[in-house]
Amino acid sequence: MLPLTMRRENCTPIVEMLQITKRFPGVVANDSVSFCARRGELHALVGENGAGKSTLMNILYGLHRPDSGEIRIAGEPVEITNPGVAISLGIGMVHQHFMLVRAFTGVENIILGDEPSRLGLTNYRRARNEIQEICQQFQLVVDLDSPVGNLSVSAQQKVEILKALYRGVRILILDEPTSVLAPQEVESLFAMLRKLTSQGTCVILISHKLPEVMAYSDRITVLRLGRSIATIETSKASVEEITNLMVGSSSEMPAQPSQPVVTRQRHVLLSVRELCVRGKNRGVGPLSFDLHEGEILGIAGVDGNGQRELVEALVGLRKASGSCLLASCELLCLDTRHRLDTGIAYIPEDRFDAMIPNRPILDNAILGLQRAKPFSKHGILDCKSAHNHAHVIINELGIRSTGPSMIAGHLSGGNQQKLVLGRALSVNPKLLIACQPTRGLDTHGVQDIHRRILAARERGTGVLLVSYDLDELLALCDRILVMFKGKIAGIVSRGEATRETIGALMLGAKV
Amino acid sequence: MSLVYTLLSLVVAFALAAVIIAVSGENPWQSFQAMFMGAFGDLAAFGETIVKATPLAISGLAVALGLRTGLFNIGVEGQLLVGAIAAAWCGYAISTPAFLHIPLCLTAGFVAGGFWGLLPGLLKAKRGVHEVITTIMMNYVALHLTHYMVLNPMKDAHTMAPQTPAIHTTAQLPQIAGIGNIHAGVLVGVLLAVVFAVFISRTVVGYEMRIVGLSSNAARSAGINVSKMLLLAMLLSGGFAGIGGAVEVMGVHHKFYDQFSPGYGFDSIAVALLGGATAMGTGLSAILFGALRNGAVTMQLVTDTPKEIVTIIQAIVIVFAGAKFLRGRQSQKWDS
Amino acid sequence: MDVFDPELLRSTLRLSTPLILAALGGVLSERSGVINIALEGMMLAGAFFGMLGSYLTGNALIGLLVGMTAGMILGFLHAVLTQNLKVNHIVSGVALNILSFGGTTYLLRMIFQHAGGSPPITGLSTWHIGKVLGDQNILSLSVPILVVLIGLLLFRSPLGLRLRAAGENPSAVAAAGISFRVLRYLAVTCSGILSGLAGVYLSLGQLNMFTEGMSGGRGFIALAAVIFGKWTPWGAAGAALFFGFFDALQMRLQGQAILGHAIPSEFMLILPYALTIIVLAGLVGRAIPPEALGSDE
Repeated sequence: MLPLTMRRENCTPIVEMLQITKRFPGVVANDSVSFCARRGELHALVGENGAGKSTLMNILYGLHRPDSGEIRIAGEPVEITNPGVAISLGIGMVHQHFMLVRAFTGVENIILGDEPSRLGLTNYRRARNEIQEICQQFQLVVDLDSPVGNLSVSAQQKVEILKALYRGVRILILDEPTSVLAPQEVESLFAMLRKLTSQGTCVILISHKLPEVMAYSDRITVLRLGRSIATIETSKASVEEITNLMVGSSSEMPAQPSQPVVTRQRHVLLSVRELCVRGKNRGVGPLSFDLHEGEILGIAGVDGNGQRELVEALVGLRKASGSCLLASCELLCLDTRHRLDTGIAYIPEDRFDAMIPNRPILDNAILGLQRAKPFSKHGILDCKSAHNHAHVIINELGIRSTGPSMIAGHLSGGNQQKLVLGRALSVNPKLLIACQPTRGLDTHGVQDIHRRILAARERGTGVLLVSYDLDELLALCDRILVMFKGKIAGIVSRGEATRETIGALMLGAKV
Repeated sequence: MSLVYTLLSLVVAFALAAVIIAVSGENPWQSFQAMFMGAFGDLAAFGETIVKATPLAISGLAVALGLRTGLFNIGVEGQLLVGAIAAAWCGYAISTPAFLHIPLCLTAGFVAGGFWGLLPGLLKAKRGVHEVITTIMMNYVALHLTHYMVLNPMKDAHTMAPQTPAIHTTAQLPQIAGIGNIHAGVLVGVLLAVVFAVFISRTVVGYEMRIVGLSSNAARSAGINVSKMLLLAMLLSGGFAGIGGAVEVMGVHHKFYDQFSPGYGFDSIAVALLGGATAMGTGLSAILFGALRNGAVTMQLVTDTPKEIVTIIQAIVIVFAGAKFLRGRQSQKWDS
Repeated sequence: MDVFDPELLRSTLRLSTPLILAALGGVLSERSGVINIALEGMMLAGAFFGMLGSYLTGNALIGLLVGMTAGMILGFLHAVLTQNLKVNHIVSGVALNILSFGGTTYLLRMIFQHAGGSPPITGLSTWHIGKVLGDQNILSLSVPILVVLIGLLLFRSPLGLRLRAAGENPSAVAAAGISFRVLRYLAVTCSGILSGLAGVYLSLGQLNMFTEGMSGGRGFIALAAVIFGKWTPWGAAGAALFFGFFDALQMRLQGQAILGHAIPSEFMLILPYALTIIVLAGLVGRAIPPEALGSDE
């Protein structure tokens, strides 16, 4: 039995957020949310995309001011007006999109804002020594002297964590840290977090990945649609229970392909041979693979291993050598427009590379199609058919809008994604290249998109699906191609694909 | 751009100008009155306003075309100069009947101006060099080049003044409407405005240019040839500016003389921004600035307020207009 | 060739000094993430108000301070417009250039009733540095010191680290609890100070008078020097020297027979501008600007 005082210390929350409300134009991100976390615990904050998790933590870190509510740190009420105040209170945050200066080294990034100096000049030697000590303490191995932009994503994450450790955090917030890691890297991250919590640091983990949350956290708080729903001890909770709390109703079964593709009998649609692309840090390739009609081929891999370069090379946004035959038409000697004309539809990773938010749905509905037959003749646009097309897409995809003249930027994220997908599918493409098509969408939105991709597959479209979400790939794909350091680590078919095998390939292990 | 915001920017600009005039020891109300009379007081004044507005409108369209494609063509002044001198040469060195001569000279202006936009356009399209610096450099090159041309190979042998020989009457834009000195260049301007409007909103190329201006990434992913559009935009923009210069030579001066442009090229930047880079808006704000420039001459004669006050008004207008206009064009990224 | 003599060196230094000063300002501004094409306007304002200060007090140093302040005010204005009013950086620069040109001509006409130029005024006093370097005034002597100081500031001091971070990733700066806007204000205002001093050099250090539009595009050449110099103080200074050298060379060669033909003076005048274009054309692709330069944040 622990002495009484110690027990109380362990139970006193170090962070208390009481009745926090935060509104943005058109949406209440946090609606009277209460949350508390204790010293030395790993507390998971779960919820759908759009539930308000990031907003709540951004408030704790001082990036947003709450409209109402109170925050207490170690029992003292505080006003966290900016990240500087948060840092001085011992709060650190590792964001989903890293806040790193790519051109700076690890050391420079870590000391930014807290630079040790002597006679007005930065004392880099003292900084390095201090950082090395911390690395040894937590068994972190990371290159501190290269520009951070050259580092792998997991190394960058370590630098982000070091930023917090360097300042002696007692509350560390991590926003979706594992979405960019391979399964094995996830393990070492949590090992490090365990070490932190054992020293008394409170770790708050924002995640929507329940298996990890169940495996590693001490307590879980569920948010849904801006409200806090429940806080449970992990040991007493089940996945179904949490899921229900997150989604609010029993969710549908995730979409499944109707039957596995028998690759021998389907025609080859896309044939890639010896494709070599110049990447940001290294060369990508030579890559060789086939994609069949009516097949979903997933491209898996940790971000930064050449997936982006592969896609850009296929679409014509990057120079490449080798051969890419689409139905016996050599793509590499065509420019982007003509490649798309051969029957390719492309959904870029960044939604704003596929649509213009300031323009109406009408303009966006024909983006990329403006030179095609019904939409223009002899160089003059046909507004009426553009209008019709917009209507068709809106109806087919069930986009909630006020009509083709509605400004596309006013659509919700999910509807914007539907617009992009709808436009891509409206030309009945032979090949659909989709990159992260469900990023940022809630469960229903994700399922909707998945259903439509599967429907395209049924119609015979070949789909190249690039995703960093292993679960998505495992659910949809007939085969998964794993990229590692710019080369193909392996191609795994549906029956053999598991998180472990794919994860190992993602990290370069031979399977 | 909303009418209210436009009017607001004008009100603020004039208010600040009034303050400056007052501090300088002159009477703002009298100055503005003199300016107004100088611009619209009688038919002759009105005519002169329209005459001054004509090259502003055409050059304004040039800047507007660039803006819609996401380009800052600050080189309109230089493109205008070479267009003017090319048209002048065509006007005095060639003899053909009027129905051929006028289009020929205008075309010469278009080609020369387009050529002047070519280099910055190529550098931007192929190498991503920002067009602001390159076009500004080309302005200075044009200034010195035309200065040289008009003092040497193109010089009128019969006079000491730095000017070309007069263009043949067949190359002159006739006066029309009988109001003041208004010449057929106005018609050219109106025609170009219509061409601009149709091109931008109704053609495929115009659509693609607009997309490039709104988001070059989205354009590229959609298969639009961004380099080609940028180059084309600079060529056309330069060409329009060249016509602006040609029209001045053919309709007003009937020759090219050194420093004939009181800075039309720079005025046109304000014109295009205030007009929201649309055909109608550019036309209207060209008339406004034509009035300001015209009226300022009278104002300086009558009240001692230097005519450069218009330049100050212009700067304020640009700040307002530029802020709202360009902000509306940038895609906003937010997390869903 | 009797063209390459110490006089050419002195001439180069003379012509490069305003370019270097303005370019240093450009480096600071752009490193913090703010595009500054108004170096020209700030230079012109510095030239005019430097002249005015000297004219009114007979003291060139007072003139220097006044000119520097004028540049500083314009720099501050650029910061307000771009950081608070969220005006596009280029539009703000264009507006400030136009304001400066119109404003200085307006004041010239108002005060001196003459749009061409001011009466002659007391210029900055010079010291004789030696047979080769000749006479230099306080501004040209400060140039090498400024290059070193600004280099140390940017690359070896905490403030410089933060300033550069503001130009690369303002979010990272905000997440570290520092206001990147304040950093940008500082940098842009300093660029105004330096450009103002460049202008002061023109009116008080070279001509001893102010003529309309006397900056003559030097501000834009200084900006090109920033790009050519890869946004480093020593690179920009070197590039500015390069441009200054060719300017000096052009002046020497004007009217001189080369290969039997006299090259017209106008072609020589075109040289700095043409050179700038050539340099930019050959360069981009290798010069990487600060990542957040000109961004909307």
